[in-house]
Amino acid sequence: MESQNIMFVVLAVIVALGSLMTVMSKSIVRAATYLLVVLLGTAGLYFLMGYTFLGSVQTMVYAGGVIVLYVFAILLTRGQTDKAGKTNGAVTSWGLLLALAGVVGTLAVVCTATWHVVAEIGKPSETTNSITMDTVGHNMISTEHLGYVLPFEAVSVLLLACIVAGIVIARKR
Amino acid sequence: MIQIEYILVLSAIMMFAGVFGFMTRKSTLAILLSIELMLNAANINFAVFNRMLYPQGHEGYFFAIFTIAIAAAESAIAIAIMINIYRQLKNIDVDELTKMKW
Repeated sequence: MESQNIMFVVLAVIVALGSLMTVMSKSIVRAATYLLVVLLGTAGLYFLMGYTFLGSVQTMVYAGGVIVLYVFAILLTRGQTDKAGKTNGAVTSWGLLLALAGVVGTLAVVCTATWHVVAEIGKPSETTNSITMDTVGHNMISTEHLGYVLPFEAVSVLLLACIVAGIVIARKR
Repeated sequence: MIQIEYILVLSAIMMFAGVFGFMTRKSTLAILLSIELMLNAANINFAVFNRMLYPQGHEGYFFAIFTIAIAAAESAIAIAIMINIYRQLKNIDVDELTKMKW
C-alpha cells in the first residue's frame, strides 16, 4: 500500500466522520469544532492532490478566518447553552430521507458513469501541469484566454460591499 | 491508486450531511455551518475534476478559490445579520423568527 493511499484513507475517514458529527452534535460549539476538523481535512485532500496554494487558502481563509468568526458569533449570541434542542420528529425523518435519497442517487450516478481519468493522483504524469503560485498570479490578472481578471475584480468589489454592509448591519444604533 | 470515485463518494457524504443539517437544525448558526459543509463538498468536486479529468486546464482550481472568497463574504454578512437579530429578539432559532420588521 502506497503512502498516498494510507494518507487518503486517513483523511477520508476524518472528513466523513467529522461532517457527520457536525450535523449530529447537540452543542453548536462542538459542531463548529467538528467543522474545523472537516475543513482542515479538506485542505489535506488538496495538498494530496498537489494543489498546495488551494490548500493554503483553505487553511487560512476557512480554518483560520471563517471558523473563528463562527465561534465569536456563537459566543456573542447564546454560546454553549444554545443546544440544538428537541427537533421535530417529522422534520428529522424528512431530512434523513432526503439525505439518504440524495446519497443513493449520487452514488448510482458516480458508480455507473465512465470517468476518463487523465492524471492519476500520486502518479507523476507528463499531462499534469502543476499549478504554481506563478500560474495563479498570471491567470488571476490576465485578460487573455483563461484569464480571470473580471471575476477577480468582481470578488474584490463584493468584499468591499461585504465590509461596508457588515459594519452597517451590525453597528449599534 | 486513488480512484476518482472515492473522492466523489466522500464529497457526496459531506454534501448530504450538510443537507441533513440544513433540514433538521433549529439554530440559524448551525444552519450556516451546514451551508459551509455543502460549499466545501462542491469545492472538493471542482478541485478533483480539474486535477483528474482536465489536468491541462485551471478552471476548477480558480472556481474553488472564488467559491472560498464568496463563502467567506457570505458567512460574514450572515453572522452580522444574526448578531443584529439576537440584539433585537434575544433568540436566533428559526422557529422564533417570524417577523422581518421590528
